[in-house]
Amino acid sequence: MSLVTDSAKLAGPIRADAARAEPSMAGVGDYLALLKPRVMSLVVFTALVGMMVAPGQVHPVIGFTALLCIAVGAGASGALNMWYDADIDAIMERTADRPVPAGRIAPGEALAFGVTLSVGSVAMLGLMVNLLAAGLLAFTIFFYAVVYTMWLKRSTPQNIVIGGAAGAFPPMIGWAAATGGIGIESIVLFLIIFFWTPPHFWALSLYKSEEYARAGVPMLPVVAGAAETRRQILIYSLVLAPVGAAPWLLGYAGLAYGAISVVGGALMIALALRLKRTPSEQTAKHLFAFSILYLFVLFAVLLVEQIT
Amino acid sequence: MSEQEPGIVLSAEQKRRRRARSIALGVTLGALVLLVYIVTIVKLGPGVLNRPL
Repeated sequence: MSLVTDSAKLAGPIRADAARAEPSMAGVGDYLALLKPRVMSLVVFTALVGMMVAPGQVHPVIGFTALLCIAVGAGASGALNMWYDADIDAIMERTADRPVPAGRIAPGEALAFGVTLSVGSVAMLGLMVNLLAAGLLAFTIFFYAVVYTMWLKRSTPQNIVIGGAAGAFPPMIGWAAATGGIGIESIVLFLIIFFWTPPHFWALSLYKSEEYARAGVPMLPVVAGAAETRRQILIYSLVLAPVGAAPWLLGYAGLAYGAISVVGGALMIALALRLKRTPSEQTAKHLFAFSILYLFVLFAVLLVEQIT
Repeated sequence: MSEQEPGIVLSAEQKRRRRARSIALGVTLGALVLLVYIVTIVKLGPGVLNRPL
């Protein structure tokens, strides 16, 4: 797959053509938007938890450097995603105002920005922290930008299931930055995010399915229908609930985490059941909103238990 | 001999945005240099002074 060819191909239908002919009007904010700051904040948070839960002490400067590299690496994969997906972003209302489809940043600039930051963040993490963490970060960027964005997203309704692994790696990278290794604990943190991703994204895609269909993205509701999506959301929620409680069951999280994860997991299942029995945009939105709260609270409690 | 064409002339807004981009890039590079310096000190510790003269 030639990056140059794809870049040229993508430039066709979008307004970025104009941006290439004119001097750049991109502001600093547009480059920050390429980094997907909201996704980046979740990545930093989960990586921080992975680092804090890990045994041993990390020097604060090394810990900060690791988090910075992970954040920049995550941002770089977001920029590569926006470069490649500019054609479908232009079609969907939610993403049409992103810098590339809106014409404020040329596709080639976004590609160069993403590649530079990817190489820079991985090299810095390797030189300043350790090679395993750098290797995991490189694999995460590759998985998100190439495996998910370029391959799975447009070809299979299982796109976000497999692609969700990219979002699940940050706590493992944080753990690896702190310990230089991979532990069962960090794999469990990975699994929590991995099994959380399908119910989270499918709840969103249930009420955005028309946009995905128009853009030609084979999300599960578009390909298999809403009923099958609601069934799969319930199945993944049933798997997620015990996985969410695993840190407590394995003994590296306290009673507070145990109680919150069990109640939170039960609520995820209850909301997934309600969505299945009374399908509506409102029940889907409730599950989507609760899923964000659920993941945030689980990781926040793990962090608080480590600090106190 | 005809006069040389002025080429691309930036508008005031384009100049303002270019200046903002340049400042952001400068600050980022400065922060990177500072980070490398601090991490070097942290990783080497007192050994940073231990070198053959």
